[in-house]
Amino acid sequence: MTSPGAGPAADRGVGPATGLARSPTVAGSDDATGSHPRYAMMDDVPGTSQPADAPASTVGAATAVALRGAELRFGSRVLWTGLDLDIAAGEFVVVLGPNGAGKTSLLKVLLGQLPLSAGTAEIGGRPVRMGSSRIGYIPQQRAFDPGLPVRARDLVGLGIDGHRWGFGLPSRSRSRAIDAALASVGASAFADAPVGLLSGGEQQRLRIAQALITDPHVLLCDEPLLSLDLTHQQAVSDLIDRRRTESQTAVVFVTHEINPVLRMVDRVIYLVDGKFRIGTPDEVMTTAVLSELYRSHVEVLRAEGRIIVLGTDSHVHHHDENGTH
Amino acid sequence: MAAPTGFATTEWFSIDSIREVLPYVTGSLLAGLILGIVAGVIGPMIQARDLAFAVHGSSELSFAGGAAALLLFGGGVAAASTATVVGVGSIVGSVIAAVLFGVLGAKARDRNSAIGVILPFGLGLGVLFLFLYPGRAANKFGLLVGQIVAVDTTQIWLLAAVAVVVLGVLAAIWRPLFFASVDPDVAVARGVPTRLLSALFMIVLGLSVAMAVQIVGAILVLSLLITPTAAASRVTASPAMVTLLSVLFAVFSAVGGIILSLTPELPISPCVTTLSFLIYLVCRVIGAVRHRRGWNTRTPAAAAEPVAAAA
Repeated sequence: MTSPGAGPAADRGVGPATGLARSPTVAGSDDATGSHPRYAMMDDVPGTSQPADAPASTVGAATAVALRGAELRFGSRVLWTGLDLDIAAGEFVVVLGPNGAGKTSLLKVLLGQLPLSAGTAEIGGRPVRMGSSRIGYIPQQRAFDPGLPVRARDLVGLGIDGHRWGFGLPSRSRSRAIDAALASVGASAFADAPVGLLSGGEQQRLRIAQALITDPHVLLCDEPLLSLDLTHQQAVSDLIDRRRTESQTAVVFVTHEINPVLRMVDRVIYLVDGKFRIGTPDEVMTTAVLSELYRSHVEVLRAEGRIIVLGTDSHVHHHDENGTH
Repeated sequence: MAAPTGFATTEWFSIDSIREVLPYVTGSLLAGLILGIVAGVIGPMIQARDLAFAVHGSSELSFAGGAAALLLFGGGVAAASTATVVGVGSIVGSVIAAVLFGVLGAKARDRNSAIGVILPFGLGLGVLFLFLYPGRAANKFGLLVGQIVAVDTTQIWLLAAVAVVVLGVLAAIWRPLFFASVDPDVAVARGVPTRLLSALFMIVLGLSVAMAVQIVGAILVLSLLITPTAAASRVTASPAMVTLLSVLFAVFSAVGGIILSLTPELPISPCVTTLSFLIYLVCRVIGAVRHRRGWNTRTPAAAAEPVAAAA
């Protein structure tokens, strides 16, 4: 576990929210009506997330993701506002929070699918756009029809050129690239098996190969471990971790459950009901900070290298899946 | 030497008699060939997009479109042209239906209920139009069970033109459409314009369905658009091989069905559907056997890992 303010992000000079653990302030506004002036005021407090006027040197080639004053709202409902965040190359950032807090929406902003209500979002120094090859995307595991005529290698191949027009003819360089990608995630053995017959863990290995085959700057993961058993959670998160240490690919990892990836996490973004906290797990995953975010008592326990959060359940169920009230 | 009308009742199946009749049915065979190719190419995409029920729905509404055209424009033209009127009407009907299905339900579950609502209404309209049409009854049943025997040069050109459009559009959008169909989340993330592709596909699907209606009739369209792909995907998991086999199976069913129907003067539809069904059965058996022998071509190490849906 990294100590506050001395995480890998800080080593790279990106300047995470140092001192967050000591100050109980929470960034973000509650809602547009401003019925909670205490939180609305916090928007303007510098250092609650990251200074907006970060030194120019930090926004260089090593910055994989840069959000400046980012705000996302649906009508009068603010998912998050005043979000300043630099994610360095090779950094592993986990996005946590209850359903409807805007975790997946954050990914959609980075994917260019959802425009920000305010502020800017950049990937590798350029504004986000749909279909950028700088981004690798790993979705939740989902069931494929067992009769679907798609083999493991076809799924990975779609990551190379699936978005291009035409029908595409087989080429030797293409199949070599696919073979290499399959081998890198240990999927060579089932390269020719229909995806519908593979286990969830095998499918998620293919997802990693598919997402990494364009050699992206950033890997965006939307609950990739959901519905996997512990062994496969381990194997899949290890593959993601290996990639980011070997190739300095930044990872933005949306999840409900931090423990499977806890030992890899550099920083956490915890989103709750229009407010957020950014910092190392030690800084954010504390009773004081989460109680502040949830505005009710939340108990954070640590046992055997795991973090257990108690008392968030009632909150979780106040938000429905599609993010509307 | 048997007269062309005599063999039908005396001989059930003979190569000689088929050879005699062939010159008279080249138009039908050509139509069957064109339709087989289009159906075989579009089939894998119908399967990947889970659109079997939409195919059924738009084929029924193709019948309604044809019946409407017959009622509205069939009275004023010569008898030979009514087939063309009906053909154009059925194309319009099925394209409208297919696009409507695409608009009403992006997800399979929504779509299916939308189809279930629209289909009986459209079919009822079709029955009404036929009832109101004062002309002869021959055209009425042709729309439901196929009318390829009477295919004329104009219809062949119409079919060929539609086929070129369908195959051209499919060739242009094949790869992103396949991506969007089998892996929608990632396709969207990679910038594939899924809504545009879906709309384009529904249009070419409507066109293909209308073509199939011309030959096997509205009721039996599924046997050319669905069955060949279903059969092919039993014996291979490669998208390219599935497409190739599905074209072969569809052409064989369509052309073979027409030839089979010649000697005993059977209707074409049951011959086509029976052939395609037999192909499906054979492929199912082959697939089951290969499955049992471990078709998945895994090494023993990989096979030892837990497999979710190996059944």
